[in-house]
Amino acid sequence: MAITTYRQALRDTLRAEMLRDENVLLMGEEIGVFEGSYKITEGLLKEFGPRRVKDTPIAEEGFVGAAIGAAMLGLRPVVELMTINFSLLALDQIVNHAAKIYGMFGGQKSVPMVIRTPGGGGQQLGATHSQNVELYYAFVPGLKVVAPSNPLDAVALMKASIRDDDPVLFLENLALYNTKGEVPEDLSTVQPAEIGRAAVTREGTDITIIGYSRMAHVARDVAERLAAEGFSAEVVDLRSLRPLDRETIVTSVRKTGCAVVAEDDWLTYGIGAEIAATVQEGAFDWLDAPVRRVAMAEVPLPYAKSLEMAALPSGDDLLTVCRETLRATGRSTVETAR
Amino acid sequence: MPETTKAAPARSRRTTRAANALGQGSSKGARKGSAKPADQRASAVARQASDNEARVEFYRQMLLIRRFEERTARAYTEAKIGGYCHLNLGEEATVVGLMSALRPTDYLFTNYREHGYAIAKGIEPRRVMAELYGRSTGVSKGWGGSMHMFDTEARLLGGYGIVGGQLPLATGAALAVTYTGSDDVVMVQMGEGTAAIGAFHESLNIAALWDLPVVFVIINNGLGMGTTVENSAAEPELYKRGAAYRMESARVDGTDVLAVHRAAREAVEYARENSRPFLLEATSPRLRGHSVVDPAKYRTKEEKEALKAADPLAKAQLELQDAGLLTAEDVERLEAEVAEIVAEAAAFADDSPHPDVSTLFDYTYATPVPNDVPRLPADPLFRV
Repeated sequence: MAITTYRQALRDTLRAEMLRDENVLLMGEEIGVFEGSYKITEGLLKEFGPRRVKDTPIAEEGFVGAAIGAAMLGLRPVVELMTINFSLLALDQIVNHAAKIYGMFGGQKSVPMVIRTPGGGGQQLGATHSQNVELYYAFVPGLKVVAPSNPLDAVALMKASIRDDDPVLFLENLALYNTKGEVPEDLSTVQPAEIGRAAVTREGTDITIIGYSRMAHVARDVAERLAAEGFSAEVVDLRSLRPLDRETIVTSVRKTGCAVVAEDDWLTYGIGAEIAATVQEGAFDWLDAPVRRVAMAEVPLPYAKSLEMAALPSGDDLLTVCRETLRATGRSTVETAR
Repeated sequence: MPETTKAAPARSRRTTRAANALGQGSSKGARKGSAKPADQRASAVARQASDNEARVEFYRQMLLIRRFEERTARAYTEAKIGGYCHLNLGEEATVVGLMSALRPTDYLFTNYREHGYAIAKGIEPRRVMAELYGRSTGVSKGWGGSMHMFDTEARLLGGYGIVGGQLPLATGAALAVTYTGSDDVVMVQMGEGTAAIGAFHESLNIAALWDLPVVFVIINNGLGMGTTVENSAAEPELYKRGAAYRMESARVDGTDVLAVHRAAREAVEYARENSRPFLLEATSPRLRGHSVVDPAKYRTKEEKEALKAADPLAKAQLELQDAGLLTAEDVERLEAEVAEIVAEAAAFADDSPHPDVSTLFDYTYATPVPNDVPRLPADPLFRV
């Protein structure tokens, strides 16, 4: 095992998959000569040349659609969208085409492609560059949406996504790129993940915290802090937003009797709303407290640091809500300061 | 006025030359594909290099599409066909001229007005009709309907209902063609209203930048639904837009099947030989409204009369009769032959089964996933 960053894990996996399969090619804005806005594709143009690493014009609808068409003929394009905000320019191709082609034509052609794109705020990029709109894609049957929270999952899910015969939106996060974790030096020893399976990344008995991407990372820290307060938190890292692993969620909540969802998107109609609905239907009789959600404040994210930090969900926010939930169950008698 | 109008310079790269219909090419480059009846007929005609036979065959295909679409309109009013339904009536010369320029292995993407294209690309009319009827024997197994015909073997890679959506896809298919070193060409058809959408610009730009062998074909019938091309395009001579991408382009009279065939063949072989895109515009009226349910009230009586005069089928028949290639008996025989095909197609569609509800969840994902709940609207999430 070696310690590597989320960024490096992604880059190394793309490279390994390109070496493994000639049909894997990369497409996106500034991924070649410039080596990627976030340097995920560093060195790949030099190694594989412009046939396999294609710099595209700034035309998200055009090149995402082109990747879909290429996938229909058997290539396995991995498209980089500079941030998930720009995916909205390709919404028609992703939702009306990539997601529909397999079903709408009676299963005659699949679309084996990956759209890699980071979401996330906290970088003072202002309202249009800080969104978390993965929900738009997780809503759509025909798409798969995965969201790794650590380097090892990034490797396993990227492998699975590239080898999958369906269009996969691979959600990265700006705040995770520099985070570190253990990854085997020989990537070929990492098995592709099973898309649609959540992971229990920490076992516990008092409360379930459910998150994905950055917030699954935050959830593990909060679980540590709760442990210091004497509570045993279980953390469910969704890893896949569609399909959603309802079984793992419900199994955990039936064990702990309460749940808090941690999400980086907006609260109303967000991912957490679906999780809460799942929990109430699947674990109603086991619940000792209402399901709570920790999510972004419902505003276009401001530029000013003070406002941006207040709007984004933090570890402290999650800890507070976990304490309040534990108190609501009667497991904690500590009055939380608000 | 010449039958085609051209713009923009050419760049030459590839050298493969393919056979073409009407005797101007060698048959040696022609590739054998798994062709179906209409295809076999069209390519056989090409190999024999017989202008006359090809012209009669073009007429026969136009007639088939005309009668098929008339039957489609009838079936729609009988409520055997649902949804939107856009017909190729009046575009038969364009459809047949374009399709006769493709090899069986060339790929086709179309918009939602594609029944005739499906037939001319080699798909059995009965499978097209069965799709219109929403039956499991349809080309898309009843999942697509009028706007979404698809057949892997015939290389019709989809009719698409979102205006312009097929353009980026076709561009990417052409990328895959060059990536794998094949010399197939991709043709993508669209209506003239599509020239206003962003995907048009993005696709033409990418295709030209990346030297992709894709022929963009605009069918200009002058009207979106009721909005004229002059009211939607600042440059209504749409083929001229090719120049903005340094792309070869031409405009052709879409009511003249021979002119369309020649222009399309030139475009397709140019794309194949040079690995370059081409923009072809065919002007062709639609004889009826935008869709079956549109009475076309925005047209004046005079316009409707003029449409009759421009009917490409009548025009082709007259020309063939004048040239001594078609007799009244021939027309009668072809009408009978086509009527039988259409009647059989409708009967086949009528007799075919509706897709079974048990197949509802068969095509959500190609790679099966855990936790993909096959849940009908009233089903619970969990079965405890």
